[in-house]
Amino acid sequence: MQVTVSVNGEERAREIEPRLLLVHFLRDVLGLTGTHWGCDTSNCGTCVVLMDGRPVKSCTVLAASAAGHEITTVEGLERDGVLDPVQQGFHEEHGLQCGFCTPGMMLTARALLDENPNPSEAEIREAISGQICRCTGYATIVRSIRWAAEHPAAAGAAAETAGEAAP
Amino acid sequence: MSTTEERPIGFGRLKRKEDARFIRGQGRYVDDVQLPGMLHGAVLRSPYAHARIVSIDVSAAQQHPKVHAVLTGRDLDGLGLAWMPTLSMDTQAVLATDKVRFQGQEVAFVIADDRYAARDALELIDVDYEPLPVVVNARRALDADAPVIRDDLEGKADNRIFDWEAGDRAATDAVFARADVVVSEEMLYPRVHPAPMETCGAVADYDAVEGSLTLWSTTQAPHAHRTLFALVARLPEQKIRVIAPDIGGGFGNKVGIYPGYVCAVVGSIVTGRPVKWMEDRSENLMATSFARDYVMRGSIAATRDGRILAVRVDVIADHGAFNATAQPTKYPAGFFHVFTGSYELEAAHCAVTGVYTNKAPGGVAYACSFRVTEAVYLVERMVDLLARELDADPAQLRLANLIRPDRFPYEAKTGWVYDSGDYETALRKALEMAGYEQLRAEQAERRERGELMGIGLGFFTEAVGAGPRKHMDILGLGMADAAELRVHPTGKAQLGISVQTQGQGHETTFAQIVAQELGIPPEDVEVVHGDTDRTPFGLGTYGSRSTPVSGAAAAVVARKVRDKARVVASAMLEVSADDLEWERGRWFVRGDPDQGATIQEIAMAAHGTVELPKGVEAGLDSETVYDPPNLTFPFGAYLCVVDVDPGTGKVTVRRFVAVDDCGTRINPIIIEGQVHGGLADGVGMALMELIAFDEDGNCLGGSLMDYLIPTALEVPDWETGFTVTPSPHHPIGAKGIGESATVGSPPAIVNAVVDALRPYGVRHVDMPCTPSRVWEAMQGRGAPPQ
Repeated sequence: MQVTVSVNGEERAREIEPRLLLVHFLRDVLGLTGTHWGCDTSNCGTCVVLMDGRPVKSCTVLAASAAGHEITTVEGLERDGVLDPVQQGFHEEHGLQCGFCTPGMMLTARALLDENPNPSEAEIREAISGQICRCTGYATIVRSIRWAAEHPAAAGAAAETAGEAAP
Repeated sequence: MSTTEERPIGFGRLKRKEDARFIRGQGRYVDDVQLPGMLHGAVLRSPYAHARIVSIDVSAAQQHPKVHAVLTGRDLDGLGLAWMPTLSMDTQAVLATDKVRFQGQEVAFVIADDRYAARDALELIDVDYEPLPVVVNARRALDADAPVIRDDLEGKADNRIFDWEAGDRAATDAVFARADVVVSEEMLYPRVHPAPMETCGAVADYDAVEGSLTLWSTTQAPHAHRTLFALVARLPEQKIRVIAPDIGGGFGNKVGIYPGYVCAVVGSIVTGRPVKWMEDRSENLMATSFARDYVMRGSIAATRDGRILAVRVDVIADHGAFNATAQPTKYPAGFFHVFTGSYELEAAHCAVTGVYTNKAPGGVAYACSFRVTEAVYLVERMVDLLARELDADPAQLRLANLIRPDRFPYEAKTGWVYDSGDYETALRKALEMAGYEQLRAEQAERRERGELMGIGLGFFTEAVGAGPRKHMDILGLGMADAAELRVHPTGKAQLGISVQTQGQGHETTFAQIVAQELGIPPEDVEVVHGDTDRTPFGLGTYGSRSTPVSGAAAAVVARKVRDKARVVASAMLEVSADDLEWERGRWFVRGDPDQGATIQEIAMAAHGTVELPKGVEAGLDSETVYDPPNLTFPFGAYLCVVDVDPGTGKVTVRRFVAVDDCGTRINPIIIEGQVHGGLADGVGMALMELIAFDEDGNCLGGSLMDYLIPTALEVPDWETGFTVTPSPHHPIGAKGIGESATVGSPPAIVNAVVDALRPYGVRHVDMPCTPSRVWEAMQGRGAPPQ
């Protein structure tokens, strides 16, 4: 079947099997491999993307049912060479180690901050509780999201201190 | 050149270099590899724990329009690949030929156009099984009438893998005979699973014309895997390139070679196209390397006034259906015999019997430091049980018995030589950070009110950084690691290392080691890893060995460069090398500091036209192989505070204080991160995680619905502290840290749970201390049998 999904602001039309999961559509069809696949029971949350601004587990959404919706993946967080404060926060506060859960965590964080710009530690923990990180023990993820809350327009310095991708 | 806390030249809180790609979703994991013409493999797995294979019919699967090939054990047998050697010198079926020996065992491999079609085709394979009696209980496996699992082994008539002992049995018996107090307890360190967020997988690309194999794989040990593939698949080693791209967590799960990797390689050879195999989570939990499964009986002997005299332990080690544990050859029980822990003893003895059961193979994984985890848990539980018996405070009992600083290097009763330690200082610091006295007072008040608050202590001594080579090898490969440092004419450097990060931040910390030694900024040092074509040989990252072994190699090779730079500088400055002095980043003339050359200037000159002394070659590049003289012995003192709900038995970890000593601290940010992660593992193991089996051998922990891993809601904000006791034999004084918290935290948590349950007279609860187990223990029924 033919689907058209808006991903990171770009309309993407593809011929797919009706059963294709959104996570595999993003990864295998569009080549957006920043979204990961970590379990088969919708428990781990490494596949979280935003659908119309709300976090969803892309392993439990059919690509077909994403048609007509706006999907944001980790690749869509950085705008015009400027990191999202959440991305910068994860770097500042060592919110990642292996990096596998990181995209999903950052997207959930982005959705949380859009709804609640100044979340408490408890609210942050609740927000990310559908996602598993095996490396960090979560404390630095919580701090990373707090950092983003405290630096809502962090931007600028971002690309410079977080590495080589500065334009 | 200035160094600040924010941007240190050498050691310090440097933010990670590798974050740049990960926060942009630009990490490249094995499943991200897409090659032209690539096919996808899927494994058919056994639904039975023990069954004879009567027949396998793959004809319908082969007819599937998207299927390119179906492999069975019989096909592999024709290639001599139906069985492969394990890391413990046993054999393991790649695809089963005669029978299946655990639920989830690999039976057939389908190669199709895409991952969905490969799964579809699995459904079309018809296997006729004849079920056999199952044994999942390690004790039962030793019964004379137990079904023999490994009848493939010539003359094998039982399920015993090995009997091994360490220490002095007679001396230990003698001490126990005269001791005032002896306490014993049975405890199970249950089967758990590392479950890294990225499962295991590989992409194999065989080039028939060149006869070469490129293998992208989730491996913690790319070089060792290359050698093993050369031996197993009989491919020339120079034609094999193993690439470990970004690895999404390992924790020991990615040390072994799994049948899926071999099938992907065979699949690529058979189809002439690249083949990707990526397991799903259930396959990861059911079939790849588990951890622990140690059935232990421990005893501790002491004087009435609280001097610990001896420890004795008997273990039945459940290794599953194949002995595939990843550990040094001479240590069938890993490093379990470091169970004398952090205490000065008169005698110690352990006996370990390894057994086969109808469960997945493995055993050494999940940040266990080759089974130091089990050892620390045992001794720390025993010390708490002794404190209870003596009605002594567990902190005071530990303080009275810890090995004193002036006893290092300390030779333990089972032969280990601990390099350095100041245990009392670490424990006192943890007690102070926690406010131990106040906590005890609070506990007393709460108990008055019927509330269940527990305070648990754990002290650990880790043993990490294998070799030395002469004592430690895996399948004959000595446990050493190389480093190769290239210094380009502009003074920028590239460090090739043989160990493999899975999130530990090697690109940052190894650059810091070189920066510290050469005085150049860490951003000028590119760390190359994860590609056997671009890095020197070494045994890889597991058992917290990166810093102790490869980190040492990085320091040594940088010092070789510095020494060479001195010779070049002497030619440049036309003075004797003996008259030169080093300050960070620069050689200068003694007594005339203005006369000197920076390492960048020296690098350019070394590649330039300066006339060098006779016999000195141009350039500064250097390499080294580091063979550690001993393990390093990091240590720490942990304190956990829990609250137990008297109505439900639910345990909440309220606080966790961790004081770690890993010697010289290269990057405290990363050290703290490693500790945090290990503490969460500890909460998981102590309270939630369990791979259980029913009596038919069905795995009851085979998905993340059943295998419960802590989320942000089950763990507290960690309180970390540190002391610094450098390793005397390590070039920069550093010790490993990656597994300390996983090793050290479970006993602190269980000690806290049992402490909370003291009003109920509970003396032990086996992990995981789930609400139902805790509640049952409170009712005096104990844990249900395993």
